[in-house]
Amino acid sequence: MCLGIPGQIVAITDVDRMMAMAEVSGVRREINIACVLDGPAELLVGKWALIHVGFAMSLIDEEEAAETLRALQELGEAQEALEAMAEGQKALEEGKP
Amino acid sequence: MKFASEFRNPKAAQAVLARISEVADAIGATAENPVSIMEICGGHTHAIFRYGLDKLVHEGVEFIHGPGCPVCVLPMARVDECVEIAEREGVIFTTFGDAMRVPGTLKSLMQAKAGGADIRMVYSPLDALELARRNPEREVVFFGLGFETTTPSTALSIQQAAREGLKNFSVFCNHITVPEPIRALLQDPHMMLDGFIGPGHVSMVIGTHPYDFIAQEYSRPIVVAGFEPLDLLQSVLMVLEQIRDGRAQVENQYARVVPAQGNPVSLAAIADVYERRPSFEWRGLGEIDASGLRIRAKYAAFDAEEKFSVGYAAGPRHVPEPEGCSCGAVMTGRIKPTACAQFGRGCTPDTPLGALMVSSEGACAAYWQYRGARGAEAAE
Ligand code: SF4
Repeated sequence: MCLGIPGQIVAITDVDRMMAMAEVSGVRREINIACVLDGPAELLVGKWALIHVGFAMSLIDEEEAAETLRALQELGEAQEALEAMAEGQKALEEGKP
Repeated sequence: MKFASEFRNPKAAQAVLARISEVADAIGATAENPVSIMEICGGHTHAIFRYGLDKLVHEGVEFIHGPGCPVCVLPMARVDECVEIAEREGVIFTTFGDAMRVPGTLKSLMQAKAGGADIRMVYSPLDALELARRNPEREVVFFGLGFETTTPSTALSIQQAAREGLKNFSVFCNHITVPEPIRALLQDPHMMLDGFIGPGHVSMVIGTHPYDFIAQEYSRPIVVAGFEPLDLLQSVLMVLEQIRDGRAQVENQYARVVPAQGNPVSLAAIADVYERRPSFEWRGLGEIDASGLRIRAKYAAFDAEEKFSVGYAAGPRHVPEPEGCSCGAVMTGRIKPTACAQFGRGCTPDTPLGALMVSSEGACAAYWQYRGARGAEAAE
Protein backbone atom coordinates (compact mmCIF):
# COMPACT_ATOMS: atom_id res chain seq x y z
CA MET A 1 0.00 0.00 0.00
CA CYS A 2 2.93 2.37 0.65
CA LEU A 3 4.96 1.73 -2.48
CA GLY A 4 3.55 2.97 -5.74
CA ILE A 5 3.36 0.80 -8.84
CA PRO A 6 4.10 2.09 -12.35
CA GLY A 7 1.32 2.12 -14.90
CA GLN A 8 0.75 3.60 -18.34
CA ILE A 9 -2.16 5.97 -18.88
CA VAL A 10 -4.04 4.62 -21.92
CA ALA A 11 -7.21 6.75 -22.04
CA ILE A 12 -9.02 9.57 -20.29
CA THR A 13 -12.34 8.23 -19.02
CA ASP A 14 -13.93 11.18 -17.19
CA VAL A 15 -12.45 14.67 -17.50
CA ASP A 16 -14.69 16.19 -14.78
CA ARG A 17 -13.76 13.61 -12.19
CA MET A 18 -10.15 13.57 -13.45
CA MET A 19 -10.23 9.86 -14.09
CA ALA A 20 -8.23 7.83 -16.59
CA MET A 21 -7.69 4.21 -17.55
CA ALA A 22 -4.25 2.89 -16.76
CA GLU A 23 -2.55 -0.35 -17.63
CA VAL A 24 -0.54 -1.88 -14.81
CA SER A 25 1.34 -5.07 -15.66
CA GLY A 26 -1.30 -5.94 -18.24
CA VAL A 27 -4.21 -5.19 -15.91
CA ARG A 28 -6.53 -2.27 -16.65
CA ARG A 29 -7.70 -0.15 -13.79
CA GLU A 30 -9.38 3.25 -13.53
CA ILE A 31 -7.24 5.78 -11.70
CA ASN A 32 -7.38 9.42 -10.61
CA ILE A 33 -4.99 11.80 -12.36
CA ALA A 34 -5.57 15.05 -10.39
CA CYS A 35 -2.03 15.08 -8.95
CA VAL A 36 -0.25 14.83 -12.31
CA LEU A 37 -2.60 17.05 -14.30
CA ASP A 38 -0.84 20.05 -15.80
CA GLY A 39 -2.70 21.20 -18.89
CA PRO A 40 -5.16 19.24 -21.06
CA ALA A 41 -5.78 15.72 -19.75
CA GLU A 42 -5.36 14.18 -23.23
CA LEU A 43 -1.66 15.00 -23.14
CA LEU A 44 -1.25 12.39 -20.40
CA VAL A 45 -2.29 9.52 -22.67
CA GLY A 46 0.72 7.30 -23.28
CA LYS A 47 2.62 8.63 -20.25
CA TRP A 48 3.87 6.49 -17.37
CA ALA A 49 3.00 7.29 -13.77
CA LEU A 50 3.68 5.95 -10.30
CA ILE A 51 0.27 4.93 -9.02
CA HIS A 52 -0.51 4.84 -5.32
CA VAL A 53 -3.80 3.27 -4.19
CA GLY A 54 -5.48 4.32 -7.43
CA PHE A 55 -3.97 7.80 -7.74
CA ALA A 56 -1.25 8.77 -10.23
CA MET A 57 1.23 10.61 -8.02
CA SER A 58 4.20 11.29 -10.26
CA LEU A 59 5.04 11.04 -13.94
CA ILE A 60 8.09 8.92 -14.65
CA ASP A 61 9.86 7.92 -17.83
CA GLU A 62 9.44 4.50 -19.36
CA GLU A 63 12.84 3.25 -18.26
CA GLU A 64 12.26 4.30 -14.65
CA ALA A 65 8.87 2.58 -14.84
CA ALA A 66 10.45 -0.69 -16.01
CA GLU A 67 13.16 -0.64 -13.36
CA THR A 68 10.73 0.25 -10.58
CA LEU A 69 8.44 -2.58 -11.64
CA ARG A 70 11.36 -4.98 -11.55
CA ALA A 71 12.28 -3.93 -8.02
CA LEU A 72 8.66 -4.23 -6.91
CA GLN A 73 8.41 -7.71 -8.38
CA GLU A 74 11.50 -8.80 -6.47
CA LEU A 75 10.01 -7.46 -3.26
CA GLY A 76 6.70 -9.20 -3.96
CA GLU A 77 4.98 -5.81 -3.85
CA ALA A 78 3.88 -5.80 -7.48
CA GLN A 79 1.95 -9.03 -7.01
CA GLU A 80 0.42 -7.63 -3.84
CA ALA A 81 -0.76 -4.50 -5.65
CA LEU A 82 -2.30 -6.56 -8.47
CA GLU A 83 -4.05 -8.82 -5.96
CA ALA A 84 -5.37 -5.75 -4.16
CA MET A 85 -6.75 -4.41 -7.44
CA ALA A 86 -8.55 -7.70 -8.03
CA GLU A 87 -9.93 -7.59 -4.47
CA GLY A 88 -11.18 -4.05 -5.06
CA GLN A 89 -13.00 -5.19 -8.19
CA LYS A 90 -14.53 -8.10 -6.27
CA ALA A 91 -15.66 -5.79 -3.46
CA LEU A 92 -17.64 -3.71 -5.95
CA GLU A 93 -19.39 -6.73 -7.36
CA GLU A 94 -20.14 -8.46 -4.06
CA GLY A 95 -23.89 -8.96 -3.69
CA LYS A 96 -25.86 -7.12 -1.05
CA PRO A 97 -26.17 -9.39 1.95
CA MET B 1 29.51 -13.69 -4.86
CA LYS B 2 26.04 -15.08 -4.56
CA PHE B 3 24.30 -11.78 -3.97
CA ALA B 4 25.62 -10.36 -7.22
CA SER B 5 23.01 -11.97 -9.47
CA GLU B 6 20.25 -10.25 -7.53
CA PHE B 7 21.48 -6.79 -8.35
CA ARG B 8 20.65 -5.21 -11.66
CA ASN B 9 24.13 -3.80 -11.74
CA PRO B 10 26.37 -5.94 -9.52
CA LYS B 11 29.56 -4.08 -10.51
CA ALA B 12 28.10 -0.77 -9.38
CA ALA B 13 26.91 -2.36 -6.14
CA GLN B 14 30.39 -3.75 -5.46
CA ALA B 15 31.92 -0.35 -6.10
CA VAL B 16 29.53 1.41 -3.73
CA LEU B 17 30.08 -1.27 -1.07
CA ALA B 18 33.84 -0.73 -1.36
CA ARG B 19 33.44 3.01 -0.93
CA ILE B 20 31.13 2.48 2.05
CA SER B 21 33.91 0.42 3.66
CA GLU B 22 36.50 3.12 2.97
CA VAL B 23 34.40 5.88 4.49
CA ALA B 24 33.30 3.72 7.44
CA ASP B 25 36.97 2.98 8.17
CA ALA B 26 37.84 6.66 7.86
CA ILE B 27 35.16 7.47 10.46
CA GLY B 28 36.46 4.68 12.68
CA ALA B 29 33.18 2.74 12.67
CA THR B 30 33.49 -0.81 14.03
CA ALA B 31 31.14 -3.64 14.96
CA GLU B 32 31.51 -2.64 18.63
CA ASN B 33 31.09 1.04 17.94
CA PRO B 34 28.95 1.26 14.82
CA VAL B 35 27.41 4.16 12.94
CA SER B 36 23.65 3.75 13.45
CA ILE B 37 21.48 4.69 10.50
CA MET B 38 17.70 4.55 10.72
CA GLU B 39 15.73 3.77 7.58
CA ILE B 40 12.41 5.43 8.33
CA CYS B 41 10.26 3.74 5.69
CA GLY B 42 8.90 0.20 6.04
CA GLY B 43 9.44 -0.34 2.30
CA HIS B 44 13.14 0.27 2.87
CA THR B 45 13.17 -2.14 5.81
CA HIS B 46 11.68 -4.79 3.53
CA ALA B 47 14.24 -4.09 0.79
CA ILE B 48 17.19 -4.16 3.22
CA PHE B 49 16.16 -7.63 4.39
CA ARG B 50 15.22 -8.87 0.95
CA TYR B 51 18.70 -8.11 -0.39
CA GLY B 52 20.54 -8.72 2.87
CA LEU B 53 22.02 -5.24 2.71
CA ASP B 54 22.63 -5.19 6.46
CA LYS B 55 24.99 -8.14 5.98
CA LEU B 56 26.66 -6.79 2.85
CA VAL B 57 27.70 -3.41 4.20
CA HIS B 58 30.77 -2.79 6.35
CA GLU B 59 30.35 -4.23 9.85
CA GLY B 60 30.57 -0.75 11.33
CA VAL B 61 27.25 0.26 9.75
CA GLU B 62 24.12 -0.72 11.62
CA PHE B 63 20.56 -0.32 10.32
CA ILE B 64 17.92 0.65 12.87
CA HIS B 65 14.43 -0.01 11.55
CA GLY B 66 12.19 3.01 11.88
CA PRO B 67 8.49 3.50 12.60
CA GLY B 68 7.55 3.90 8.94
CA CYS B 69 5.01 1.10 8.51
CA PRO B 70 1.52 2.51 9.09
CA VAL B 71 0.04 -0.91 9.80
CA CYS B 72 2.70 -1.61 12.44
CA VAL B 73 2.17 1.57 14.43
CA LEU B 74 -1.62 1.31 14.48
CA PRO B 75 -2.69 1.06 18.12
CA MET B 76 -5.04 -1.71 19.23
CA ALA B 77 -7.65 0.84 20.26
CA ARG B 78 -7.98 1.97 16.64
CA VAL B 79 -8.50 -1.60 15.44
CA ASP B 80 -11.20 -2.00 18.09
CA GLU B 81 -12.86 1.15 16.80
CA CYS B 82 -12.78 -0.17 13.23
CA VAL B 83 -14.52 -3.33 14.39
CA GLU B 84 -17.06 -1.27 16.31
CA ILE B 85 -17.93 0.73 13.19
CA ALA B 86 -17.90 -2.33 10.91
CA GLU B 87 -20.36 -4.19 13.13
CA ARG B 88 -22.95 -1.41 13.04
CA GLU B 89 -26.20 -2.12 11.21
CA GLY B 90 -26.10 -1.12 7.53
CA VAL B 91 -22.37 -0.41 7.32
CA ILE B 92 -20.05 -1.55 4.53
CA PHE B 93 -16.55 -1.17 5.98
CA THR B 94 -13.80 -0.91 3.39
CA THR B 95 -10.07 -1.25 4.05
CA PHE B 96 -6.69 -1.90 2.47
CA GLY B 97 -5.96 -5.62 2.80
CA ASP B 98 -2.84 -4.90 4.90
CA ALA B 99 -4.98 -3.92 7.88
CA MET B 100 -7.17 -7.05 7.94
CA ARG B 101 -4.98 -9.14 10.24
CA VAL B 102 -3.84 -6.51 12.75
CA PRO B 103 -4.93 -7.81 16.15
CA GLY B 104 -7.40 -5.75 18.18
CA THR B 105 -8.26 -6.34 21.83
CA LEU B 106 -10.96 -8.88 20.97
CA LYS B 107 -10.59 -9.48 17.27
CA SER B 108 -9.05 -8.38 14.01
CA LEU B 109 -11.06 -7.11 11.04
CA MET B 110 -10.55 -10.55 9.47
CA GLN B 111 -12.23 -12.17 12.47
CA ALA B 112 -15.02 -9.59 12.48
CA LYS B 113 -15.65 -10.37 8.80
CA ALA B 114 -15.79 -14.08 9.55
CA GLY B 115 -18.31 -13.20 12.27
CA GLY B 116 -20.62 -11.64 9.70
CA ALA B 117 -19.63 -7.96 9.47
CA ASP B 118 -19.67 -6.60 5.91
CA ILE B 119 -15.97 -5.80 5.57
CA ARG B 120 -14.47 -5.52 2.11
CA MET B 121 -10.87 -5.26 1.04
CA VAL B 122 -10.35 -2.56 -1.54
CA TYR B 123 -7.37 -1.32 -3.52
CA SER B 124 -8.27 2.34 -3.38
CA PRO B 125 -10.60 4.81 -1.64
CA LEU B 126 -12.01 5.22 -5.17
CA ASP B 127 -13.48 1.72 -4.77
CA ALA B 128 -15.17 2.83 -1.55
CA LEU B 129 -16.59 5.90 -3.33
CA GLU B 130 -17.98 3.69 -6.07
CA LEU B 131 -19.52 1.36 -3.49
CA ALA B 132 -21.23 4.36 -1.89
CA ARG B 133 -22.66 5.40 -5.28
CA ARG B 134 -23.94 1.88 -5.97
CA ASN B 135 -25.39 1.32 -2.48
CA PRO B 136 -27.20 4.54 -1.51
CA GLU B 137 -29.11 2.78 1.29
CA ARG B 138 -25.89 1.61 3.01
CA GLU B 139 -23.24 3.55 4.94
CA VAL B 140 -19.86 3.07 3.28
CA VAL B 141 -16.88 3.75 5.53
CA PHE B 142 -13.30 3.79 4.29
CA PHE B 143 -10.48 3.07 6.72
CA GLY B 144 -8.03 5.87 5.88
CA LEU B 145 -4.62 4.54 6.82
CA GLY B 146 -1.10 5.53 5.97
CA PHE B 147 1.51 8.23 5.82
CA GLU B 148 1.66 11.17 3.45
CA THR B 149 1.79 8.82 0.45
CA THR B 150 -1.82 7.71 0.88
CA THR B 151 -3.17 10.88 2.56
CA PRO B 152 -3.79 12.70 -0.75
CA SER B 153 -5.92 9.79 -1.98
CA THR B 154 -8.45 10.09 0.85
CA ALA B 155 -8.35 13.91 0.76
CA LEU B 156 -9.19 13.91 -2.96
CA SER B 157 -11.87 11.24 -2.42
CA ILE B 158 -13.56 13.32 0.28
CA GLN B 159 -13.47 16.38 -1.99
CA GLN B 160 -15.03 14.32 -4.77
CA ALA B 161 -17.74 12.97 -2.43
CA ALA B 162 -18.53 16.55 -1.37
CA ARG B 163 -18.80 17.67 -5.00
CA GLU B 164 -21.23 14.84 -5.73
CA GLY B 165 -23.18 15.43 -2.52
CA LEU B 166 -22.77 11.79 -1.41
CA LYS B 167 -24.47 11.34 1.97
CA ASN B 168 -23.40 7.78 2.74
CA PHE B 169 -19.59 7.98 2.42
CA SER B 170 -17.19 8.66 5.25
CA VAL B 171 -13.53 8.11 6.15
CA PHE B 172 -12.23 6.78 9.45
CA CYS B 173 -9.09 8.86 9.40
CA ASN B 174 -5.88 7.37 10.76
CA HIS B 175 -3.43 9.25 8.61
CA ILE B 176 -0.13 9.97 10.28
CA THR B 177 2.91 12.01 9.35
CA VAL B 178 6.58 11.10 9.07
CA PRO B 179 8.46 14.13 10.48
CA GLU B 180 6.83 14.19 13.95
CA PRO B 181 7.83 10.71 15.16
CA ILE B 182 11.36 11.44 13.94
CA ARG B 183 11.37 14.57 16.06
CA ALA B 184 10.10 12.52 19.01
CA LEU B 185 12.91 9.99 18.51
CA LEU B 186 15.52 12.74 18.28
CA GLN B 187 14.26 14.28 21.51
CA ASP B 188 14.77 10.98 23.35
CA PRO B 189 17.95 11.39 25.45
CA HIS B 190 18.86 7.72 24.86
CA MET B 191 18.70 8.15 21.12
CA MET B 192 21.86 6.90 19.44
CA LEU B 193 21.06 7.58 15.79
CA ASP B 194 23.80 9.08 13.64
CA GLY B 195 21.79 9.61 10.47
CA PHE B 196 18.66 8.79 8.50
CA ILE B 197 17.56 7.28 5.21
CA GLY B 198 14.46 9.29 4.27
CA PRO B 199 11.34 7.74 2.69
CA GLY B 200 11.10 8.08 -1.09
CA HIS B 201 7.40 7.99 -1.83
CA VAL B 202 6.35 10.03 1.19
CA SER B 203 8.84 12.68 0.06
CA MET B 204 7.38 12.62 -3.45
CA VAL B 205 4.29 14.16 -1.80
CA ILE B 206 5.80 16.43 0.88
CA GLY B 207 9.16 17.25 -0.72
CA THR B 208 12.42 17.40 1.22
CA HIS B 209 11.98 20.60 3.27
CA PRO B 210 9.94 19.01 6.09
CA TYR B 211 13.21 17.25 7.06
CA ASP B 212 15.24 20.45 7.39
CA PHE B 213 14.89 20.41 11.18
CA ILE B 214 16.73 17.06 11.34
CA ALA B 215 19.84 18.68 9.88
CA GLN B 216 19.44 22.17 11.30
CA GLU B 217 18.17 21.52 14.83
CA TYR B 218 19.58 18.07 15.49
CA SER B 219 22.69 18.08 13.29
CA ARG B 220 21.94 14.69 11.73
CA PRO B 221 22.31 13.89 8.02
CA ILE B 222 19.29 12.58 6.12
CA VAL B 223 19.28 11.27 2.57
CA VAL B 224 15.96 10.67 0.79
CA ALA B 225 16.28 7.33 -1.04
CA GLY B 226 14.66 5.20 -3.70
CA PHE B 227 13.97 1.60 -2.75
CA GLU B 228 16.08 -0.33 -5.21
CA PRO B 229 19.11 -1.92 -3.55
CA LEU B 230 21.57 0.33 -5.33
CA ASP B 231 19.55 3.40 -4.28
CA LEU B 232 19.80 2.30 -0.67
CA LEU B 233 23.54 1.59 -0.82
CA GLN B 234 24.21 4.95 -2.45
CA SER B 235 22.17 6.66 0.25
CA VAL B 236 24.10 4.90 3.01
CA LEU B 237 27.30 6.13 1.38
CA MET B 238 25.95 9.69 1.20
CA VAL B 239 25.05 9.61 4.92
CA LEU B 240 28.51 8.28 5.80
CA GLU B 241 30.24 10.93 3.70
CA GLN B 242 28.32 13.65 5.50
CA ILE B 243 29.40 12.20 8.85
CA ARG B 244 33.01 11.96 7.70
CA ASP B 245 32.96 15.59 6.54
CA GLY B 246 31.18 16.83 9.65
CA ARG B 247 28.17 17.95 7.59
CA ALA B 248 24.47 17.60 8.40
CA GLN B 249 22.29 18.19 5.36
CA VAL B 250 19.12 17.04 3.67
CA GLU B 251 20.20 15.32 0.46
CA ASN B 252 18.03 13.78 -2.22
CA GLN B 253 19.27 10.55 -3.80
CA TYR B 254 15.85 9.95 -5.40
CA ALA B 255 15.56 13.26 -7.28
CA ARG B 256 14.35 11.40 -10.37
CA VAL B 257 11.00 10.99 -8.56
CA VAL B 258 11.13 13.38 -5.59
CA PRO B 259 10.89 17.12 -6.29
CA ALA B 260 12.21 19.31 -3.45
CA GLN B 261 8.83 21.06 -3.20
CA GLY B 262 6.71 17.91 -3.25
CA ASN B 263 3.47 17.55 -5.20
CA PRO B 264 1.46 20.81 -5.08
CA VAL B 265 -1.94 19.30 -5.94
CA SER B 266 -1.59 16.68 -3.18
CA LEU B 267 -0.44 19.21 -0.63
CA ALA B 268 -3.35 21.54 -1.45
CA ALA B 269 -5.89 18.71 -1.09
CA ILE B 270 -4.38 17.61 2.23
CA ALA B 271 -4.44 21.18 3.57
CA ASP B 272 -8.05 21.66 2.47
CA VAL B 273 -9.42 18.47 4.01
CA TYR B 274 -7.23 17.76 7.04
CA GLU B 275 -5.86 19.49 10.10
CA ARG B 276 -3.47 18.20 12.75
CA ARG B 277 -4.78 16.49 15.85
CA PRO B 278 -3.20 17.82 19.06
CA SER B 279 -1.67 14.37 19.43
CA PHE B 280 -2.09 10.82 18.10
CA GLU B 281 -1.32 7.46 19.66
CA TRP B 282 1.30 5.22 18.01
CA ARG B 283 1.69 1.58 18.88
CA GLY B 284 4.91 1.18 20.79
CA LEU B 285 5.69 4.89 20.79
CA GLY B 286 2.75 6.33 22.71
CA GLU B 287 1.13 9.71 22.08
CA ILE B 288 3.12 11.97 19.76
CA ASP B 289 2.26 15.66 19.43
CA ALA B 290 0.74 16.78 16.13
CA SER B 291 1.56 13.45 14.45
CA GLY B 292 -1.91 12.56 13.22
CA LEU B 293 -4.47 14.18 10.96
CA ARG B 294 -8.21 14.62 11.39
CA ILE B 295 -10.91 15.80 9.01
CA ARG B 296 -11.69 19.52 9.20
CA ALA B 297 -15.10 20.64 10.52
CA LYS B 298 -16.24 21.74 7.06
CA TYR B 299 -16.03 18.10 5.93
CA ALA B 300 -17.50 16.70 9.19
CA ALA B 301 -20.25 14.95 7.19
CA PHE B 302 -17.51 12.67 5.78
CA ASP B 303 -15.82 12.00 9.11
CA ALA B 304 -16.67 8.52 10.41
CA GLU B 305 -15.43 9.45 13.88
CA GLU B 306 -18.08 12.17 14.08
CA LYS B 307 -20.76 10.16 12.30
CA PHE B 308 -20.42 7.17 14.61
CA SER B 309 -19.07 8.93 17.73
CA VAL B 310 -16.06 6.68 18.07
CA GLY B 311 -12.36 7.19 18.62
CA TYR B 312 -11.07 10.59 19.59
CA ALA B 313 -14.58 11.97 19.06
CA ALA B 314 -15.77 9.71 21.93
CA GLY B 315 -13.25 11.02 24.46
CA PRO B 316 -9.89 9.90 25.81
CA ARG B 317 -9.11 6.20 25.84
CA HIS B 318 -6.07 3.97 25.91
CA VAL B 319 -5.71 0.25 25.41
CA PRO B 320 -2.55 -1.35 26.76
CA GLU B 321 -0.50 -3.55 24.44
CA PRO B 322 -0.72 -7.35 24.85
CA GLU B 323 1.25 -9.10 27.57
CA GLY B 324 4.80 -10.06 26.61
CA CYS B 325 4.87 -7.97 23.44
CA SER B 326 8.05 -5.97 22.86
CA CYS B 327 6.94 -4.08 19.77
CA GLY B 328 7.73 -0.74 21.41
CA ALA B 329 11.30 -1.70 22.24
CA VAL B 330 11.87 -3.10 18.74
CA MET B 331 10.42 -0.04 17.08
CA THR B 332 12.68 2.34 18.96
CA GLY B 333 15.72 0.22 18.11
CA ARG B 334 16.38 -0.83 21.73
CA ILE B 335 16.19 -4.55 20.95
CA LYS B 336 16.26 -6.76 17.87
CA PRO B 337 13.08 -8.68 17.02
CA THR B 338 14.72 -11.98 17.94
CA ALA B 339 15.18 -10.70 21.49
CA CYS B 340 11.41 -10.55 21.99
CA ALA B 341 10.25 -13.50 24.11
CA GLN B 342 7.26 -13.97 21.78
CA PHE B 343 9.25 -14.03 18.52
CA GLY B 344 8.51 -17.30 16.71
CA ARG B 345 6.67 -18.64 19.77
CA GLY B 346 3.46 -16.75 20.55
CA CYS B 347 4.03 -14.51 17.55
CA THR B 348 4.46 -15.61 13.91
CA PRO B 349 3.16 -14.16 10.63
CA ASP B 350 0.26 -16.64 10.70
CA THR B 351 -0.72 -15.77 14.27
CA PRO B 352 0.67 -12.29 14.88
CA LEU B 353 0.59 -10.98 18.42
CA GLY B 354 2.23 -7.68 17.70
CA ALA B 355 1.73 -5.47 14.68
CA LEU B 356 5.38 -5.72 13.58
CA MET B 357 4.67 -9.32 12.58
CA VAL B 358 1.63 -8.50 10.43
CA SER B 359 3.00 -6.62 7.46
CA SER B 360 5.95 -7.54 5.25
CA GLU B 361 7.23 -4.06 6.08
CA GLY B 362 7.32 -4.78 9.81
CA ALA B 363 10.74 -5.50 11.25
CA CYS B 364 9.65 -8.76 12.95
CA ALA B 365 7.99 -10.20 9.84
CA ALA B 366 11.05 -9.23 7.78
CA TYR B 367 13.35 -11.01 10.25
CA TRP B 368 11.08 -14.06 10.20
CA GLN B 369 10.83 -14.18 6.41
CA TYR B 370 14.47 -13.58 5.47
CA ARG B 371 16.70 -14.47 8.40
CA GLY B 372 16.37 -18.22 7.86
CA ALA B 373 17.02 -18.12 4.12
CA ARG B 374 20.08 -15.98 4.52
CA GLY B 375 21.50 -18.05 7.32
CA ALA B 376 21.42 -21.07 5.00
CA GLU B 377 23.05 -19.10 2.21
CA ALA B 378 25.91 -18.01 4.44
CA ALA B 379 26.56 -21.63 5.38
CA GLU B 380 26.94 -22.73 1.75
S1 SF4 C 1 7.86 -10.77 17.92
FE1 SF4 C 1 5.71 -10.13 17.88
S2 SF4 C 1 5.27 -9.37 19.93
FE2 SF4 C 1 7.52 -9.50 19.75
S3 SF4 C 1 8.11 -7.44 19.10
FE3 SF4 C 1 7.81 -8.63 17.23
S4 SF4 C 1 5.68 -8.28 16.62
FE4 SF4 C 1 5.90 -7.57 18.75
